Amino acid sequence: MSARDLFKRPWVGPLAALVIVYGVFAALLPDTFLGGLALQLMVRQTVVVALCSVGMTLVIALGGIDLSVGSIVALVTVVIAHQLKAGRDASVAVMLGVLVGAACGLVNGALTSLLRITPFIVTLGTMSVLRGVAKGLANEQKIDVDAAGLDGLMAMSPGVNPFPIGVWSMAALAGLGALLLARSRFGRHLLASGSNEAAARLAGISYGKVTLITYTLLGLLAGVAGVMEFSRLTVGDPTDSIGLELSVIAAVVIGGGSLSGGQGSVMGSMFGAMLMTVIATGATYLGVANWIQQILTGVIIVTAVSLDRFRRP
Amino acid sequence: MSMRPSGSTALTVEHIDKSFGATVALSDVSFSIGSGEVHALLGENGAGKSTVLSIIAGLIRPDRGALRLDGKPFAPKSALEAREGGIAIVPQEPMLARDLSVRENVTLGREPLRFGLVDRNAAREITKQAMAALGASIDPDAIVSTLSPADCQIVTIARALAHRNARVLILDEPTSSLSASDASHVLEAVQKLATTGKTIIYVSHHLAEVKLVAQRFTVMRAGKVVESGDVGGASVARLAELMLGRSLEVERRKRRAPGEALLSLDRVAGARLPLDVSLTLRRGEILGIAGLVGAGRSELCRAIFGLDPVRSGKVKVARYEADGGKRPWQRLAQGLGMLSEDRKGEGLLTTMSIADNITISRLGRVSKLGLVSTKAQDDAATSLIARVGIKAQSPRQPAASLSGGNQQKVAIARLLFDDVDVFLLDEPTRGIDPGSRESIYRLFEELADEGKAVLWVSSQAAELLRVCDRVATMYRGRLGPVREIGDVDEPKLLAEAAGGAA
Repeated sequence: MSARDLFKRPWVGPLAALVIVYGVFAALLPDTFLGGLALQLMVRQTVVVALCSVGMTLVIALGGIDLSVGSIVALVTVVIAHQLKAGRDASVAVMLGVLVGAACGLVNGALTSLLRITPFIVTLGTMSVLRGVAKGLANEQKIDVDAAGLDGLMAMSPGVNPFPIGVWSMAALAGLGALLLARSRFGRHLLASGSNEAAARLAGISYGKVTLITYTLLGLLAGVAGVMEFSRLTVGDPTDSIGLELSVIAAVVIGGGSLSGGQGSVMGSMFGAMLMTVIATGATYLGVANWIQQILTGVIIVTAVSLDRFRRP
Repeated sequence: MSMRPSGSTALTVEHIDKSFGATVALSDVSFSIGSGEVHALLGENGAGKSTVLSIIAGLIRPDRGALRLDGKPFAPKSALEAREGGIAIVPQEPMLARDLSVRENVTLGREPLRFGLVDRNAAREITKQAMAALGASIDPDAIVSTLSPADCQIVTIARALAHRNARVLILDEPTSSLSASDASHVLEAVQKLATTGKTIIYVSHHLAEVKLVAQRFTVMRAGKVVESGDVGGASVARLAELMLGRSLEVERRKRRAPGEALLSLDRVAGARLPLDVSLTLRRGEILGIAGLVGAGRSELCRAIFGLDPVRSGKVKVARYEADGGKRPWQRLAQGLGMLSEDRKGEGLLTTMSIADNITISRLGRVSKLGLVSTKAQDDAATSLIARVGIKAQSPRQPAASLSGGNQQKVAIARLLFDDVDVFLLDEPTRGIDPGSRESIYRLFEELADEGKAVLWVSSQAAELLRVCDRVATMYRGRLGPVREIGDVDEPKLLAEAAGGAA
């Protein structure tokens, strides 16, 4: 692959941005920021956003959007806590949590493809509905419960293995997602549908099927993210992850996804998610006020996307 | 038509050269356009017409050579400068805000103001004047989305005209997306416009139209001017020869012997159109469907292919007596394939590569373990690119970068990759240069000889007479009798399409 071809890859820009921003913070904070601890912390903090971004990359490449991911994550933490409290085995609680996530995605996909309502509206609705369900299930309170070992999924593990199992599973799922989008038949059908729905239908692609599967995959990944979130919090919190959807969408867009569909890179989204964590962590270490962090994040999002325009023909 | 006014020159193109990188787009191009004349600029896709027009419109600058407007040097550095100099371009596809009124579209960007607000009466007046110059009577307050395609095109021309000092109008294939009757409305408007003293550069592939509206012509081929002259002294065949650089031999093909029925329709009705269609399409034949736009021909193809619902009646595909499903992907599996009339909107995945476009429906054939093999995809695409005669640098090139004719060939190549037995072609040569058109005719003649069946929808009677074995006319949702091609001629088909003899 020539340097020119490499430059055309959608994830090169976000990777470069990540390296530069990381470099700047590392230069300013050589003692703390470069340390393994900071790195571990940042990777752990990215897991939930990153898992959702894998699915969101697919949805956005299809020309869709899902605003309900934050609510799904919160609902899944509640479901898991609820199950543990009822005395279920941890594995059963996790399985059920992931299934609930997938079911939420299936509902989003079905409403979008069968009723032909724009996904923005559908998921604006389910965002509110699922948040309500989570609150109802939890009696509008946090559910405190013994984590039954689930906290180990995201706990720092001193010793040989630098990252907890949650981080490794995120990496594996991101790899699978990238392969699915870039190399599989399904991925090609998804990109074709996102690029031009009418043309995809004419070419014999079942748009409804692709939509249903894509939203379900995002729901499933949000379910896994919910498991990781529970592992971090060790409580079921119905008010958790409010606004998560916006960070996830930002990660995908920084990573080269186009809201008009037909484009997106799972790798790029991963770098986008990391970039946002690095900025937040670096700014915190520097003692920069939160309001400046927010301005900084906003500026980076818009800058990244404007720069990306130059790459495209 | 009308006499040639004055005889002075409006626009002169003098010895223009233009290269893009190593590609020479124009070399020593010179011609002149008389004031108040309709000047046809002819040539195949890629002949250099668009480059010349872009230079006149100020979008690009020539490497060498100059333009003169009314005898004075004219070197527009931007589209805005060209516009202020009096050049107005009417794009090929009407670019209109469909939810706004005709008046709002015509005055868009130059709205007359009164007390800081849009002066509707003045806008209406401007619109009426422009319409009067075109001999059209479109209501200035009508919403554009309610207009016919011909009226939309006329509104686009009116918009260019409403420009304060537009003196030279460039019409880039104004009728390419219209049916024959719609096109004649637009042609009437152009003829009317020519009598008002405006200078018009008319780009078209329809040589019969050119004979009708233009006084003079310039033919370009491979970046050079081949000939300029009076239209009156040149036959359509002569113009086509100049464009192609060879004569179009229209040999009467041998008759094919059709085999068994591959597709039969029994009283098929769609959601709105068609109303009642029965026909049998046999192996080894090309069956033409003539008619006007809006008669229900596209809807028929869409209903057969499962893009639109079938309200009543039966669609039977030969090898699938039992119901194999009627969704597009199921139809494809039954050996049916459809070519859409809307190439950019539906026919192609313009942002994806040629190879992706060709293989998208049958990725399984170029995949291993569920993963698409780029190499297998490229190999398959490369052989079809050669078979169909697509001019492309690489199978990885985005489909959007190809000319119209080559894009259509990519859409056709996909159907070949899909091993389609029954081709449903909806206006397969619309907006395509004569060279590509001819090669598409030959390709499907070969396919029919090989035993494929083709349903060919076209608004051009001459095209149907050229390629089909049998032909039927659709009028307001109903299909007339199917006739052997030897039993019909052009006037007969046109009369039937207009409802005269069906």
